Amino acid sequence: MSENEAFARVSVGAFTAQLDPNMDELTELKTVVSEAVTNSIIHGYDENPAGTITIMVKIDTDMVELTVKDNGVGIEDIGKAKEPLYTSKPELERSGMGFTIMENFMDEVEVISKPSTGTTVYLKKRLAKSRSLCN
Amino acid sequence: MSLSVNLEQVGDVLCIRLRGELDHHSARELRSQVDEYLEAHQIQHIVLNLEELIFMDSSGIGVILGRYKQVRRNGGEMVVCSISTPVKRLFELSGLFKILRLENRETDALRKLGVA
Repeated sequence: MSENEAFARVSVGAFTAQLDPNMDELTELKTVVSEAVTNSIIHGYDENPAGTITIMVKIDTDMVELTVKDNGVGIEDIGKAKEPLYTSKPELERSGMGFTIMENFMDEVEVISKPSTGTTVYLKKRLAKSRSLCN
Repeated sequence: MSLSVNLEQVGDVLCIRLRGELDHHSARELRSQVDEYLEAHQIQHIVLNLEELIFMDSSGIGVILGRYKQVRRNGGEMVVCSISTPVKRLFELSGLFKILRLENRETDALRKLGVA
C-alpha cells in the first residue's frame, strides 16, 4: 500500500545510518527506495493492496546494496522503461523519471524482470570515504 | 511524516506551501486539493513554496508538471521558491527549470507575478 512508501525509505535510512552516510547520500538512498517501491506498487501490482514487496539491505564497510522485489506483472521492455520521461501510465501523471533517478543516485542499477512473474531491482552505492579519513 | 498542504490566494495567484514529504502517496492528496481549488476559483498563476518540503521523489515531479500544464492552459505560469538542494537536484535532473521560474523567496515570486 502506498502508505508504506514512507516506512520503506525511513527503515532503509535507519539501517544504513550505521555506515554514517552524509546527508546527500542518505537522501539519495531514501529517494531510490521510494522510486523502486512506488514502481512496484503502481506498475507491478497496479495499486492492489494485497501485493507484497520485499526489501533487502546489505551493508559492508562503505557499500550499500539494496534489493527491491515484487511478484507483480513484470516489465515487458526494460530498456524502454528505463528511458528518461517514458511512462506507461501518463494518465496518472507519472513523470517517467524513476529509473533515471535510480541510475543517477546509485553506482549500479540492475533490473531483472519477467512478465507475470515479477521484478527485482538491485541497487548498489559506495559511500564516500572522506569522513573516516578526516577523523 | 506525511504532507501538509497550505493554500492561499493572493490576487490571481495561488500560493501552494508544502510541508513534509511529497511521494506517490501524498501526491494524490496534493493533486486533489489543488485541482479542487483551481476549479472553484479564478487562478492565473501558481507559486510553489517548497521551504518546508523535506523529501520529494519523482511522483512530486509528476504532480508539479500536471499543475504546471493546468495553469499554462490559461496562459499562466508557475514560479517555484525556497527550494532545498536535494529537491533542486531532482528538478534539474528532470529538466523542470526549463519551464518553471525559480525565485529565492515567496515575496520575490509574488512580486514577479505582479501581486506583491
